[in-house]
Amino acid sequence: MSFFKSGFMRGLIAQIIGTVLGMGLVVGIRAILGLEAWSSTNLEILEPIIVGGALVGALSFLIGVGVFSDWFKWTKGISTVDHHDPDPEKPSWWRYFSVDFDHKIIGIQYGVTSLIVLGLGGVFALLFRIELSQAGINFLNNGFFDLFFFGDTNPFRHSGGADLYNSFMSLHGMVMIAAILLGVGAMSNYLIPLLIGANDMAFPRLNAFAYWVNVPGAILLVSSLFLGGFDTGWTGYPPLSLRAPLGVQMFMMGVYLVGLSSIFGSINVIVTVIKMRAPGMTMFKMPIFVWAAFATAIIQLTATQLIGLSFQLVMFQRLLGMNFFDSVTGGNPVLFQHLFWFYSHPAVYVFVLPGFGVISELLPVFSRKPLFGYKWIAFSSMGIALVGFFVWAHHMFTSGMTAYLRVPFMYSTLLVAVPTGVKFFSWVGTVWKGKLRFPTPMLFALGAVVVFLVGGVTGPPNGTVATDLHLHDTYWVVGHFHNTIFGGFMFPLFAAIYFWFPKYTGKMYNEFWGKVHFWGMFIGFEIMSLSQMKIGLLGMRRRIADYDPALGIENAQYWITIAGFVVFFAVLIGAINLIQSARKGKIAEGNVWESRSPEWQIPNPAPLINYEKPFHVVGEPYDYGIESDYVDMNPAPLVGE
Amino acid sequence: MIHFVVVGILTLLSTYGLYMFVLTNEILLPIQASEQAIAIDNLFDLHWLLISFFFSLIMVFLVYSIVVFRRRKGDEGAGEHFEGNTTLEIIWTIVPLIIVLFIAFRGSEALADVERRDPNAYEVTVIASQWNWQFEYPDGETSSDLVLPKDTQILLRMYSQDVIHSFWVPEFRVKQDILPGGEEYIRELRITPNELGDFKIRCAELCGQLHYSMLADVSVVTESKFEVWLSEQSDICELDDITCGNKWVEKNGCVACHSLTGEVIVGPSWLGLYGSEVPLDDGTTVTANEEYIRNSILQPASQVHEGFNGNLMPPSFGDTLSAEQIDQIIAFIQSIK
Repeated sequence: MSFFKSGFMRGLIAQIIGTVLGMGLVVGIRAILGLEAWSSTNLEILEPIIVGGALVGALSFLIGVGVFSDWFKWTKGISTVDHHDPDPEKPSWWRYFSVDFDHKIIGIQYGVTSLIVLGLGGVFALLFRIELSQAGINFLNNGFFDLFFFGDTNPFRHSGGADLYNSFMSLHGMVMIAAILLGVGAMSNYLIPLLIGANDMAFPRLNAFAYWVNVPGAILLVSSLFLGGFDTGWTGYPPLSLRAPLGVQMFMMGVYLVGLSSIFGSINVIVTVIKMRAPGMTMFKMPIFVWAAFATAIIQLTATQLIGLSFQLVMFQRLLGMNFFDSVTGGNPVLFQHLFWFYSHPAVYVFVLPGFGVISELLPVFSRKPLFGYKWIAFSSMGIALVGFFVWAHHMFTSGMTAYLRVPFMYSTLLVAVPTGVKFFSWVGTVWKGKLRFPTPMLFALGAVVVFLVGGVTGPPNGTVATDLHLHDTYWVVGHFHNTIFGGFMFPLFAAIYFWFPKYTGKMYNEFWGKVHFWGMFIGFEIMSLSQMKIGLLGMRRRIADYDPALGIENAQYWITIAGFVVFFAVLIGAINLIQSARKGKIAEGNVWESRSPEWQIPNPAPLINYEKPFHVVGEPYDYGIESDYVDMNPAPLVGE
Repeated sequence: MIHFVVVGILTLLSTYGLYMFVLTNEILLPIQASEQAIAIDNLFDLHWLLISFFFSLIMVFLVYSIVVFRRRKGDEGAGEHFEGNTTLEIIWTIVPLIIVLFIAFRGSEALADVERRDPNAYEVTVIASQWNWQFEYPDGETSSDLVLPKDTQILLRMYSQDVIHSFWVPEFRVKQDILPGGEEYIRELRITPNELGDFKIRCAELCGQLHYSMLADVSVVTESKFEVWLSEQSDICELDDITCGNKWVEKNGCVACHSLTGEVIVGPSWLGLYGSEVPLDDGTTVTANEEYIRNSILQPASQVHEGFNGNLMPPSFGDTLSAEQIDQIIAFIQSIK
């Protein structure tokens, strides 16, 4: 079967071979240094060997899949064509499983990978939600889990149900973050060239690299589960992460690779937006999503290094004994938290800004009205990105950092409410006196506004230090945070998937099942997250495998689990709808949503070369209701063109 | 204009309804059991009011638009054409900015209230370790429960022996992480209990495998009861060895990891341990006699029972227990058959 010859399969095989070679390399080095070279049970000896294997394995995947091929040729002085056309002898799906430089293919690759990883993170959540549905540890210690996690002969075994709970809970967090970053990549890569009138991203090879490095990254992340897991949460605070099982190394290396993707991807977005806009498209005539993606890329380019660095220091301390964070011998555990949150707070704006862009993009189309206060929305994205850099220590109000610092960070944190408020008011201004239509993408966009509103208004109590002393590390924060991410990312992601579905498949999705997906997800999610906030106020701590029934929260816990399943099955229905519609849906021709945007002026699905002839921008992007165009698809040549 | 009047009235009604719903909800927060909780709960009330207002404001506008401005069948036209309003944008930037600064100012005041120092505060040392709490009183009395006199400011001076933990009693509201690393990393927390009752300390910072069960009892008692209790906690025991051993075991929290029932928690159970043949992780076996148990207390990582992790137990008991106390603990273990 030809599938086994695809780049993806070649990459996987190369990763396996590379892992073995890498392990051999470390064994060899240990032997030369006169250390005990190998042991099948002693984890102190196994750890550097396995980490070495994982590193070489990940590199081998990238070589095997072929992202370096053109670059290798260039170093040897061999020139390559600018754009590789699809091989007519290969089936059409081939391109999706191999290295391809077309931004639309890469966008779809990001998107599908994102949904798969999202599903995986959802399964982890369900597993530990089942455990929490009743007090007592009575699910994750089940014999069913023996095979992978508990067996006596397994040197990487978990030591019980609570331990396995910690691994699933920790991995749920990081796997979901990886899924979100992939989803952000999907939206930016697929949409930006189409929206600004370019035929590809600025650096197509870097783009392919930025996608493919996620695959070994995700494999390493999930492999941590089978190498002892890790009980540190996604935050990986030392000294706990210094004492955690081997899985923590795979987790940190996985994050490192996914972080590389963010950095390279964001360079591409920034250059593409600055250099490749259609004639006449000034910055303030760009579709608003492009502003959001641009602000996102600036954060990704400048903050991601800090989480990579903080995790790298933990890895070095474990592997090489360099002490950075152990206070007994001169390190400082609180320093890690500063480095970590310097990325991880701005990261939440990476997750939600593209979603805000999608909401702002869709509301005018379905309200048949201009976007209210275009410039204010664009500036508020930049404002959030900027202020977002000065608030990281609000995650550390109880951490024992320098006490007076809590006050300035309280002020800066609450300031984020101002640009966020501008967005809400502008969205309300956009739908006010419109003629609203409610197909599935509009439902998801409006749902996103409501869910993010719940997340937004529940934020300030975490921002004022005194109330945060009660709320920190409780389920209140869990509920608040999930509202911001569902409102800022999950709902807008699905809005985008449904809205542009005809553009990338040429088919129409099934409206009925789309609406079932929306209502299931919306109602299930709010029952879940409001209950989480309620039990958090009453004393339910985050990240615990079991809770005290005396808190009177058992009933709520049960309903949170049920509601979690509703969310999961709603998304599953959505996924089946998308697959079925892509195969058998009605053909969707032309400008399905009567949008003014340029990507709807070309055929569905978007052709191999987006715009054979560059369009000119001649009007405003959202002037619904007046006789004018945003773009002229058949412009007279400009002077000098 | 009529639209704005209707929306304005609905927003006020919704704000009032939501705020009343929140305020009359008796199980919103745990009971208020400290002076610090008063300032915090007052700030919570301000937050609930603002949450009720802003949530209502946006929701009423949104739902009203969805209902009133929905497209009627057959209407293919566009909505009313307006592209923005700079005056409005400036208003809804400046007004929230003022509100935000006001909240931050009130937040600073509340923080000052919470941190107010009483120079005569009663000092208790809190020692956290994986998954155990220890409390030391000024004259060297130690306990694994925290007992506090009512209406006295307590100054907790806290440190950890291993990873980061966090001290939290929901009824007291306040929370503080506990750091490892000795003197320089000791962190303080002030609590003035003002309700008699029994509560629980709940470790609020993920600290590994048994984080969920890292609890300790807190009792707030009258001044006179406190004095009586304190006098019972001294390190003097004039009873028989087994009873005294049991006291040291309870005070040091040994049973958090070593069960007396045969159940395996994270350390070997003590049921039937004494005199049994113990398989070690280097493949040899050893008889669990007095010498082996003493060595396991003093150097937990040296003769490790197969299948257990010798690094989980703190190696510091040699410093905190006297030789006599260790003998009495061994006698107690010997009695668990």
